[in-house]
Order: sequence, then C-alpha cells, then structure tokens
Amino acid sequence: MTCRIGGQDVLRGFNLSIAEGETMVLLGRSGSGKTTILKLINGLLYPTSGAVLVDGAPTNKQDPIRLRRRIGYVIQETGLFPHFTVQRNVGLVPNLEGWPAERIDARVTELLDLLELPAEHFRARFPRELSGGQRQRVGIARALAADPRLLLFDEPFGALDPVTRAEAQRLFQRLSRQVRKTAVFVTHDVREALALGDRIALLRGGMLELVATPQDFRAAQTEEARAFLGSLD
Amino acid sequence: MWDDILRFSLEHIVIVAISVGVAVAIALPVGVLVTRRERWRTVALGFASVMQTVPSLALFGFLLPIPFIGGIGKHTAIIALVLYALLPILRNTVTGIVGVDPAVRESAVAMGLTEFQLLTMVELPLAARTILGGIRIATVTTVGTATIGALIGAGGLGVLVLRGIEMVDPQEILAGAIPSAVLALAADGGLGWIERRLAA
Repeated sequence: MTCRIGGQDVLRGFNLSIAEGETMVLLGRSGSGKTTILKLINGLLYPTSGAVLVDGAPTNKQDPIRLRRRIGYVIQETGLFPHFTVQRNVGLVPNLEGWPAERIDARVTELLDLLELPAEHFRARFPRELSGGQRQRVGIARALAADPRLLLFDEPFGALDPVTRAEAQRLFQRLSRQVRKTAVFVTHDVREALALGDRIALLRGGMLELVATPQDFRAAQTEEARAFLGSLD
Repeated sequence: MWDDILRFSLEHIVIVAISVGVAVAIALPVGVLVTRRERWRTVALGFASVMQTVPSLALFGFLLPIPFIGGIGKHTAIIALVLYALLPILRNTVTGIVGVDPAVRESAVAMGLTEFQLLTMVELPLAARTILGGIRIATVTTVGTATIGALIGAGGLGVLVLRGIEMVDPQEILAGAIPSAVLALAADGGLGWIERRLAA
C-alpha cells in the first residue's frame, strides 16, 4: 500500500497485518507516517495505491461513517467536547447509534468505573474540570463506549507528566488484559512501545523497517531499531 | 408627544427586528457555507465589508431609483439595513466556527459524526457565543442607522429627529435621539446577557 499526500509519498510499499486481539505499536520518529496509518484505517485518508482492509473489506468500499463508529479513536489532545459533560462525551457514539437512554447510562457507569473514574463523581463534570490524566481516561472511555473491536491510539499519553503517564500506561496494560481488543498504538517512545505492544512495527521515512515482539525488538540490529534502543539509557 | 415617541419607537423596533432577522437568516447559512468553501470566504466577506464602507446616506440614495427593491418606504430602508448588518454576523459566524479546537473537530469526525452532526452538535454550539456577539453588534448598529431611514420615508424614531432639525427644535430632536439611544443600550444589554449565559 502506498499513500501520497501533496505529491509526497508519506507511506511507501507498506504492508502490515494486525491480528485480532493484539496490540500493535507503531513506533517511529515524527513524520515517519505513523499517524497516517491510523487515518488510513478509519477512512480519514485512502491509499493512493493498494488497499487497507478492515474486517476483510477495503476501507474505500465501506461507508466511512459506519466504519468509524466501529473503531475507537484516542488522541493526545483528547478532543473531548468542551460543552458536553463526561456522561455525554462518553455516551456520544452510543447516542449516535440510537441506544436507549438507560443502556447508555449503564454503559457510561460501567466504563467510568473501569477507568477508575467513579461515575457518581465524574459523570456530571465538564472536561475543563478534570486533570490531564482524567481527561485522557475519559477519552479512552469514550472510544470504548460502543464496544468497538478495533481501537486506535495516537500518542495518547504524550502530553501527560511522567508520573501520570506511567499510571496511564499501567491502566492501559490492565485494560488490554481485561478487554481483549485489537489496538493500534502510535508512539515515538520506545519504552512505551516495549511496555505496551504485543508487537512493534518500526517505521522509518514512510517504510516499514521491522515488525517484532518486544523481546525480539530488544535484540534487533537494524539501524533505526538500534537508534531507538540507544535512547533507552 | 409621548404618543409619538411610543409609536415611532415601536415602528423603530419593528424595522430593526426585521432587518436583523433577515440579516441573520442570510449571514448564518452563508457563514457556515464559506467555512466549507475556503475560496468563497474571501468573496462573501469582501462583499459584506464593502457594503459596510458605503456611507448609509449614500446607500439609501443608491437604492431609491432601483425598480422593485427601491423607492420610498420601509422596504428600501430595510434592504439597506440588512446589507449593513451582514458583515458582523457573517464575520463572527466564520470566526466562531473556524475557532473550534481542531482536536475536537478531528475526534468528532473520527468517531463517525456526519457533516451535519459535526455542525449542529459541535461547531454551532461552540461558536454560539461568538455568533451572538456578531448579532449584538449588528443590532446596536442597526438601531442607530435606522434613524436615517426616516429620510426615505421608512418611519421610526428618525422622523422625530428630522422634524426637530427642520423646526430647529432641540426638544423634538432629543425625543427621537434619546429613545433611540435607550433602544441601542437595551439591545446591547439584553443580548450581552444572553451571551454571558451561553458562556456559563
């Protein structure tokens, strides 16, 4: 698959399969094409040549709205609606999908508890009344709300302070054990990649350099892998 | 005297309400549209800006001889007032929508909101305060400019001002000018109050 934007190849000869239930980390420097892959998966972009298959069907043959509602999406800035309470933010996609109110309520309560944000405390608050870490967790709850099979994370913890970030990563690890979902996780932090990924796909200049389990990645000898591993100590 | 003030004030309010109402009905949809079509934005804002630079007296003069839309009476004044009111509403609609946090828009689209849902659930609510600010400015300006409408037979408080000028009667001028100022302040205060309520 190739993706060209504005006459420039953002991704070239890219081929990657992500298995059901695994967490695939996309690791790479800024501009290596990581975020582009997420946008190709949920139909915000389409490949210039080749195809992106989600649930076996090419994205450009699927209704983008239906496709996106089946995919959870978490970004660094959270993108929570500032004029919505936590309850309405988390219940957004179920609401769009026409779930009955009681079912949305129950789902929101369940998710907030799962993300260690007691519903009775948090559901009526607005995003501006939350800390960065809490906002990010609401963002994850929102992505999980309609029980999508696939989740996309675009450097979700990049803006958090180191302590909150470590907490968020531990929460992510617990979640991925509890709710077995396919996840694609973009980061430029090799430590985060090693801690969270079932497999790590290393990108360099729009090309796939390496796909490996964290264990194999530590021993990888390619130039970019060594550069990233070198930043560990 | 008091009868006159009341009658002309009501007439004034009707003229302003119709003019601002029509201006909103035009500028709001056009404003939304031009946030989708970058190239039209310059054209629409340019047109509205030029309209504002034409002196109001001259605009009335231009409109008078035009068949159907011109002529003596309320409708000519209302057309001119609408043209004046367009810019602040249009500009604030565009500013408000363009000012929505890109991350909010991005996540809204990524979660599968349709274009229409993005507009009605996210962009318009978040831009509401800015848009209302534009409507407030347009209303206050229109209250003032509408007094000139009396020159072309539109009625309103300008009638009292003109009569006062002709008769060199300061009291009569004030009988038109003071209610007009009060109306402007009331519109400013009332719409400003709603604006602050929206912020909360």
